[in-house]
Amino acid sequence: MSLVNFTSREITCKIVYYGPGRSGKTTNLHYIYGRVPETRRGRMVSLATQTDRTLFFDFLPIDLGQISGFSTRFQLYTVPGQVYYNATRRLVLQGADGVVFVGDSQARQLDENIESLQNLQSNLLEHGVDVRTMPLIMQYNKQDLPPELILTHAELDDALNFRSVPSFPADALHGKGVFETLKAVSELVLKKLATGSPAA
Amino acid sequence: MTSALNPRFSFETFVVGSANRLAVTAGRTVAENPGSAYNPLFIYSGSGLGKTHVLMAIGHAAKTIASQLNIEYLTLDEYVEAFHAEIAAGQGDAFRRRFQNVDVLLVDDVQFLTNRKEMQAELLRLTEALQQSGHQIVLASDRPPAEIADLDERLISRFSGGLVVDMGVPDYETRVAILRRKAEERGSKFQPGVLETVAKVEYPNVRELMGALNRLVAFQAVNDMPMNAEAASKVLGIPTAASSAAASPAAASSAAASQDEFSQFLTDVTVTVGKAVEAWRARVTEAVMRWEGEGYRTGRLEKLLEQETPAAVDEAIAAYVQDVERLKALEAEVAVLDPQAAGAKVFRDPEHMDAAEAAAAKVRDGAAPPPPPSAAFPFESYVAGPSNDVALKAVRDVVAKPGKKYNPLVIVGKSGLGKTHLLNAVGLELAKKKNAVVACLSTQGFVDELIAAIDGNRVDWWRARYRRATALLLDDIHLLAGKERTQEELFNLFNQFLDADRQLVFTAPAHPNTLDGLEERIVSRLEGGLVAEIAEPDKDLRRSVLERLLTQQHVPLEPALLDYLADRPIDSVRSLTGVVQRVVEAAAAQDAPVTAGLAREVLEGAPPPRRTTGLRTSGIVVSSAGGVRSREKMVWDWPSAGDRVIEDLR
Repeated sequence: MSLVNFTSREITCKIVYYGPGRSGKTTNLHYIYGRVPETRRGRMVSLATQTDRTLFFDFLPIDLGQISGFSTRFQLYTVPGQVYYNATRRLVLQGADGVVFVGDSQARQLDENIESLQNLQSNLLEHGVDVRTMPLIMQYNKQDLPPELILTHAELDDALNFRSVPSFPADALHGKGVFETLKAVSELVLKKLATGSPAA
Repeated sequence: MTSALNPRFSFETFVVGSANRLAVTAGRTVAENPGSAYNPLFIYSGSGLGKTHVLMAIGHAAKTIASQLNIEYLTLDEYVEAFHAEIAAGQGDAFRRRFQNVDVLLVDDVQFLTNRKEMQAELLRLTEALQQSGHQIVLASDRPPAEIADLDERLISRFSGGLVVDMGVPDYETRVAILRRKAEERGSKFQPGVLETVAKVEYPNVRELMGALNRLVAFQAVNDMPMNAEAASKVLGIPTAASSAAASPAAASSAAASQDEFSQFLTDVTVTVGKAVEAWRARVTEAVMRWEGEGYRTGRLEKLLEQETPAAVDEAIAAYVQDVERLKALEAEVAVLDPQAAGAKVFRDPEHMDAAEAAAAKVRDGAAPPPPPSAAFPFESYVAGPSNDVALKAVRDVVAKPGKKYNPLVIVGKSGLGKTHLLNAVGLELAKKKNAVVACLSTQGFVDELIAAIDGNRVDWWRARYRRATALLLDDIHLLAGKERTQEELFNLFNQFLDADRQLVFTAPAHPNTLDGLEERIVSRLEGGLVAEIAEPDKDLRRSVLERLLTQQHVPLEPALLDYLADRPIDSVRSLTGVVQRVVEAAAAQDAPVTAGLAREVLEGAPPPRRTTGLRTSGIVVSSAGGVRSREKMVWDWPSAGDRVIEDLR
C-alpha cells in the first residue's frame, strides 16, 4: 500500500487497531464513525458474529479532504481479537502504516494483553516488518471500570509499554481517549512519511 | 446595462484555498491569455462561494495585462434584458455585433438559461462566434452545464469543451484566512482564538461566514470591549466543547461536540501534514498542479518529489518553466503554420524538448508558402497603351499602397489581353516589399489545392497557409462558378484580408455581376473595390507589342512589316503573339527574311509552296507552327458521331 503518492497527490494511511478479544477495538471505530461528518466517511464494514464479536475485520474509510494539496484518506481497520483468527489478523496487518494496540485495562486480562502484543510482533515479522519501526500507540481501554478491577495507566505502561511509545488511557464506549489515540497515531504515521522514504 | 467590474473583486482580494485553487489558477491563465487557454471557461459552485468574485477578478487581471482589451461583465439576466430591448428596437444585429467585438466576455448566473430556448440559441451563436474569432468567454453558474435543466445539448458540449471547474466550500484553513482578511479590511481586531472558533463552524458558504463575522464586529463595537472565543461562540450560538460537556458530560454524542472533535482532529492532522510536507515539496507540488492544469506533462517535477532532498529545487522549477515557455512559443509558431499540428502532445511534454523542436521544424519545413507569382511576367515587359491605362494606373496605386487604395482590384478583360501578365506583375511587385508573402495562382489551382486539402484532411493547414499571405491574387475568378465550398473559403479569406488591409487582386473575363454561378456575397465584395477593364488593344498598342515581340525574335523592325501586322484585325495580344510566331516560323522554314510580303503571304493564305511529293491532300496544310493556312477548307462542324453511324447503316 502506498503511504504517500506524490504523483496522484494522495496520502493514504492504513491504521490497524490491534489487541486481545473484547478489548474495545471495534468500539473505537464505532465512536469515530459516529463523529465523522457523513460526507467524510465511507460505509463502515463490520463483519460480526451474532454475539457482536468481530468475525473478520472492521473497516472504516475516512476522507480528510485536501490537506496541503494532498487528498488525504485514512483507512481504519480492526483485527478479530480471538486467538484462533490469527490468519485474518496477519492479513489485515499487511501494509499497515500504523498500529494502535488496544489493551484491556482489567487486571485479569493482563496475560491476554501480553499474548496479543507478542502475536502482533510475530505477525509483523512475518511481513518482514520490525515492530520497532512501526508507528505504534498504546491505548488502555475500559479505564471507566471500578478502580479495583483495573490497572492504572502507570502499571499498564510498566507491564506492556516496554518500548515507551505514546500511551493513552481510554474509555472507548464514551469516547474518552479515542480521538487522542487516533491523532497520536496519525501524527506518528505522517511524521514517518516526512522522514522515511515515500513509498512508490 | 452592463455591470461595471467591482474594483473590490480582484484576485488579490480573493482567498485561495484548496477548494478553489483550480478555478483561480484557470482564471488567472485565462486572464493572461484570453481566448487561447481554456475557451470557454466554465466555473460552477454553490451560491456565495466566490464565482462572481473570480469572474470579475478575471476581468480586472485581463484589463491590467492588456488595457486595450474590451471586457464585458454581465449576468445572464442583463444579457437577456439587453437582447429583448435591442430586439424591441429592431436592432438585433447591432446587439450581436456588439457582443462579437468583446475580447473577454464574462457571463454570470448562466443557470437561468433554463426554459429560455431563444436565449440558448443566441448564446450558442455568440459562443461560437467568440470562439472562432479567438475571443474569451467565461461563464459562471451554480451547477455544472449538464445539470442546467433543459439546456441545449450543443451548449452543453460547447461549455464542456473548454474547461469546467468547480469551487467547493472552503476548508477550515481557508475559512480562517478569509475571516482574518475580512476582519482586517473592516479594521476590526479580535482576540486570538475568536476567528478560529468561527471558522470551525462549517458554514455552507462564504456569505454566511461573512454574516457571522459581521455579527461579531457589530457586537464588539456595541460592547466596546474585546470579545473572547467563548463570548463569540455565544453570540453566534455555537455550542462550545466546554459548555456542551458541562451541560451533559455523558452526552458526548451531541452533534456539535462530535463535529468539534473531528474538526479538531482534522486541524491537527493538517498541521502535521503541513510539517511533513516540507516547503520545497509544497512549491514543487504547486508547480505540478499549475502546469498539469494547463495540460503539460510534469514527470520531471514529480521525480523531484521522489527524492529525499533534491538539490536546487527552485532552479529545477525555473528550468522547467523555461522549457514550458519555449514549448508555448513553439506551439504558437506552429499554430500559425498548421493549426492541426499545434495541438500535438509533443508540445505539452517538457521532457522531450528535442522532439518538440523537431516537430516544430518539420511543420516549418512542411508549411510551404502559398504559390508565388510567376517570374515570367515582369512588370517591365507589360506594354502600356490607352486601352489598358486605367487598369495600369490602378495597378500602380495598388503596388504603391497595397490594401489601402483599391481592395479588391478586379481586372476585367477578354481572353488574351494580358490580364494574367498584369496579375503576376502586380504579384512580383508586391512581393518585393518587406515581409511580403504573395499568393498568386489560378482559380483552378486554388480549387484543386482545396480539394487536395479536404482529401488529406488538412483544411486547417491549407487555410493557415493562405492566411499568412499579405496579398492574394487569383486569376480567372469566374472559374469559381458552382464551387460552393471554395466560394465559402474564399469568402472567409476575403473578409480576413479586407479586415487586415491586405491586398486582393482578381482577374475575370467580364464584369463580376455578369458572371454566372458566383454567390451574391462574393460578387458584391468583388464590386466593392475597383473593377478595372482592359480593352482590346488599339493600333498603337499592337504596334508596341509587335516591336517587343519582333525584337525578342531578333527580327529587324521594318516599318512596312510593323504597319502591316499592326493593321491586322487582331483583338488580343495573345493572337498577336501567335501571328508573329507563325510569320517567324514560316520565314525560318523558307529560310527567308521576315518581311511584310512574307507576312501577307502567310497570313492571307497565298498559294502554299508546291509540294514535290504530288500526293493528294485535303488541302488543309498544317504549318509547323501549328496554325492552319487555309481557313476556308477547314471543316468546322462535323456531323455528330451518332448521325454518322446511322448514315453508315443505311
